[in-house]
Amino acid sequence: MAAVQETIDQVKSIDVTEYKYGFVTEVEVDKPAKGLTEDTVRYISARKNEPEWMLEWRLDAFRRWKTMTEPNWSRVNYPPIDYQDLYYYAAPKKGASPKSLDEVDPAILETYKKLGIPLREQEILAGVAPENRVAVDAVFDSVSVVTTFKKELAQAGVIFCSISEAIQEHPELVKKYLASVVPVTDNYFATLNSAVFTDGSFVYIPKGVRCPMELSTYFRINEQNTGQFERTLIIADEGAYVSYLEGCTAPKRDENQLHAAVVELIALDDAEIKYSTVQNWFPGDAEGKGGIYNFVTKRGDCRGKRSKISWTQVETGSAITWKYPSCILRGDGSRGEFYSIAVSNGMQQVDSGTKMLHLGKNTTSKIIAKGIAAGKSDSTYRGMVSAHRKATGARNFTNCDSLLIGDQCGAHTIPYIEAKTATAVFEHEATTSKIGEDQMFYCQQRGLSEEEAVALIVNGFVKEVLQQLPMEFAVEAQKLITISLEGSVG
Amino acid sequence: MAIVTPLKTAAEQQLAQQYADAKAELPGGPAVRKLREDAFAGFEAKGLPHRRLESWRYTDLRTLLREARPLADGVKATDAVKARLAALKLDGLRLVLVDGVFAAELSDLDGIPEGVSVQSLADALVSPREDLTRILSGPSVGADDTGLMLNTALMRDGVFVEIADGVELAKPVVIVSLSSGVEERSVFHRSAVLAGAESKATVVEVSETAGDAAQQINGAIVIETGDGSEIQHIRLVTRQAAASVQVQSLLATIGAQAKFDSFALVCNAGTVRQQHFVRYAGEHSEMGLRGVNLLGGSEHSDVTLVVDHEVPHGTSRELFKSIIGGEATGVFQGKVIVRPHAQKTDGGMKSNALLLNEGASMFNKPELEIFADDVVCGHGATVAQIDGDQLFYLMARGLPRPQAEALVLQAFAGEAAEFIADESVRELVMSEVEAWLAAREANSQVSTV
Amino acid sequence: MLEIRNLVVKIADEDKQILNGLNLTVNDGEVAAIMGPNGSGKSTLSYVIAGKEDYEVLEGEILLNGENVLEMEADQRAAAGIFLAFQYPLEIPGVATMTFLKAAMNAQRKARGEAELLTPDFIKQVNAAADKLGIAKDMLRRPLNVGFSGGEKKRMEILQMALLSPSMCILDETDSGLDIDALRIVAEGVNALRDKSRGFLVITHYQRLLDHIVPDTVHVMSQGKIVRTGGKELALELEKSGYASYGEAA
Repeated sequence: MAAVQETIDQVKSIDVTEYKYGFVTEVEVDKPAKGLTEDTVRYISARKNEPEWMLEWRLDAFRRWKTMTEPNWSRVNYPPIDYQDLYYYAAPKKGASPKSLDEVDPAILETYKKLGIPLREQEILAGVAPENRVAVDAVFDSVSVVTTFKKELAQAGVIFCSISEAIQEHPELVKKYLASVVPVTDNYFATLNSAVFTDGSFVYIPKGVRCPMELSTYFRINEQNTGQFERTLIIADEGAYVSYLEGCTAPKRDENQLHAAVVELIALDDAEIKYSTVQNWFPGDAEGKGGIYNFVTKRGDCRGKRSKISWTQVETGSAITWKYPSCILRGDGSRGEFYSIAVSNGMQQVDSGTKMLHLGKNTTSKIIAKGIAAGKSDSTYRGMVSAHRKATGARNFTNCDSLLIGDQCGAHTIPYIEAKTATAVFEHEATTSKIGEDQMFYCQQRGLSEEEAVALIVNGFVKEVLQQLPMEFAVEAQKLITISLEGSVG
Repeated sequence: MAIVTPLKTAAEQQLAQQYADAKAELPGGPAVRKLREDAFAGFEAKGLPHRRLESWRYTDLRTLLREARPLADGVKATDAVKARLAALKLDGLRLVLVDGVFAAELSDLDGIPEGVSVQSLADALVSPREDLTRILSGPSVGADDTGLMLNTALMRDGVFVEIADGVELAKPVVIVSLSSGVEERSVFHRSAVLAGAESKATVVEVSETAGDAAQQINGAIVIETGDGSEIQHIRLVTRQAAASVQVQSLLATIGAQAKFDSFALVCNAGTVRQQHFVRYAGEHSEMGLRGVNLLGGSEHSDVTLVVDHEVPHGTSRELFKSIIGGEATGVFQGKVIVRPHAQKTDGGMKSNALLLNEGASMFNKPELEIFADDVVCGHGATVAQIDGDQLFYLMARGLPRPQAEALVLQAFAGEAAEFIADESVRELVMSEVEAWLAAREANSQVSTV
Repeated sequence: MLEIRNLVVKIADEDKQILNGLNLTVNDGEVAAIMGPNGSGKSTLSYVIAGKEDYEVLEGEILLNGENVLEMEADQRAAAGIFLAFQYPLEIPGVATMTFLKAAMNAQRKARGEAELLTPDFIKQVNAAADKLGIAKDMLRRPLNVGFSGGEKKRMEILQMALLSPSMCILDETDSGLDIDALRIVAEGVNALRDKSRGFLVITHYQRLLDHIVPDTVHVMSQGKIVRTGGKELALELEKSGYASYGEAA
């Protein structure tokens, strides 16, 4: 109870009528003309001084993308995107490739500070115990502006840098693993990303290394009419462990902005990757104007025996979310997990879920998905659990619950459960309900206001997922959820 | 983006030819004729359902139906047909279709209870009733289904049963649809049961083939239940050649404060696709859809249902049990739609499958589509094996393994049949289940020797 | 008579060995208790005797009246006279208790080459046994163990023991989940079945059950072996001193 009260107090102290992260930072940027042609691809590659093989790879993706059509199977509606009316690259002019924090535009540092992500290591270190340190890769529009704690990580043998840097410094790893989980032509947005991705994070944890601190990337879309196409590649070698956090925000703008990321995770024998996201892109205003189109392909490959990949996501932002963090359970005895909270309000549309593809023997997976829909929003859980013929002993447990607040929202559940081996044990359960009047009455009778009661009940509803998040993120996420639901009752 | 799929497979072209040849002599006035034309145009635009259509994802009729068999012509009341009818021990108002055509001489027209009227569908289609188009169309959620469109275009006969307001039937109405199975034929039949307000009845549908030839059967039944009625619909789909392909549609519209239950047993029936389209026309009604699928060999059973809560205060329950052995495949796709303003909807859907051996597959897709907030809806789907602990417990009490398995399986399946009110019907269903399990037990004893 | 010689057992799909060369004899007419700390392998022993498949016997033998039962399936062992009263009796939805009892009794009769029970005789036997254990008629009509309380489930186990008249009864933690009144009823049921031709193996963590079912012999089990054997006073000693000296973690 005490913790909940604290949350309510924190929420109250925040101006809830405004999207907290909706400010714009004034920085001079360098960007090419609008539109997407082979020249755009060449421009991006040239700006990043990429080797020839990378340019060819991008051009190949671009040519394939031109032959593809945008998917329309999800339960989301949006006007057609004019891919020629977007900017595909925007980089702050000052300190284009900073050697140190001193070269970073102070306005950008200020931005991250405002977002609660101090980038100056001394600031992070102040009052933080070493085990609670988080190394941050900050991506501002199309480029990674800084990565902290690089030296300390290097001592442990961990590579944590921007993907642009990895292409220069670790081409053998990039060549080996890039697109090995999400093939170039996997889907329309992934192919587009392959052609024009600008930056993102790269992580390699060597054999037997437990990454000494949490790694995190913070994405910020600042520029108008700019698509953000980041690419993240995380490899945990045999017996390695890493916990990775991702946060996202964008300014309030009237236009919709496109975010089409690709995230690939690879876990080798006995390795474990824990990937957490708190997604708080601008959701658009109450009338549905503006907001981010979040069309993301995230996939983990449990390539090694007994490997484990765990996705945790808290989705509160974006006008439209289209994302299915998935696990390919290839290694015998591997394990995939998906914990998700999707909160939608206003005119938001969410179509999200996961895929657990059981290929190896004795693989297990667990899915806990909690959807909360309020206002006029529409939330869909879409998931697939499948066991291949040879995936003997496959086990899955799925629980997806939806909570509806108000009578104008929609909540949908579309699970596909496919067992092609007779030794599979799959359990799936789903419920949809509203906050019970008797629960509300009970809380109010004990003195809680209507909004406090909703916050309390919702916090209870999502607790199982919040527990999966690292401590600091859990508190942040709890705040976000409550803020997202402001004004949804009464 | 619309994908234009011209009729390109052999079966599709054969169906087009059959329709062109038969449409002049298929029964119906101008309104029915228009219904047929529109339905066939819909089929022509889409072709046979295939796996890229979401609602047919796991049953690719385009692949399954390599060739469309010739339309059945004329009633073939063979000795085998008569023997099957004699063997069917179920008392009630017996109405018989042979090869999709109403066979008055084999039916029990003298025993029609008071308050019930029966005519053949062919007669009903040419009658001047104004509500015919509405009745035949069924719930809107089934309107774009190509399997149903083909039935509408090509339906030849069936029975048209009306139960007057307030009539309670002590014995079931038994619609026996037998194929002679002398030759490989395709059959399109449709029946309708219109149950008046406050009426109470059990309607049984039996679909079997007397001979050995594989049939292509496309059947549909329209059920409209009046306010305050209590209607149970029990379907047995069995005794078909392994190569037979069958599509059975249920189009149900439920009145206010009514109770409607439907149950289907599928065993020894080749490939069966059942599709239930149910709509609530009035408030405070309770509806249950249940079924048991017993599959072996290369059998395939697909249960696809769409339950449309259009009005508030509706209760729906779905419970499907599948026992799958051999190389067989079970499919359950359930969609419960709760429209805006359909508040206080209470929906619960469950699909449980037991896989008996490697090679068996089960595909579950239980969907909820909810646009109202004051609802309680849930679904559960499980795929598992026979519970080893239960089996051990029974064996530790002395039951040999096959008997212990049969007991567990019978109980597993029986749960879905418990609600059947008419005792003779429930016994018939359970005797079919027991016979299937006994045959399996006998086979497993042979194979372990 | 039950004789267990040098029994070595592991879990089938794992490398974990549970029983490590266990030796035990229970004579006809004897009530033997096995006590031991949690994790010592007591329940495993009961499952292995009854023939559960999750275990693999690596060495040793289990003889019932001189006949090795290890090659037998669980149902054959039941017909041979082994009865296991489960710690957690299984719920079997959809199977009426009466249907189950009849199926079990007839299956065992058939295995022994005896004729099937006539229904009136069957009902008479069940009613008589149920009355003694205070089992209400409506419980017999309900699905087996479904929705039964802990005490009802244990009484149902004893009812089955009475009806199936086994020669070797194994009671696995029969006192768990029972209040004192239920414990007394269950114990009385067991005591009524004590007979010079019937052996009992009573597995329990606590001494209190043995106040009601007084054993002739007490064995202490630890780490998959019998480590000490004595008379009924050994149970009292254990009650005082605990299992600390037998390897139970605090």
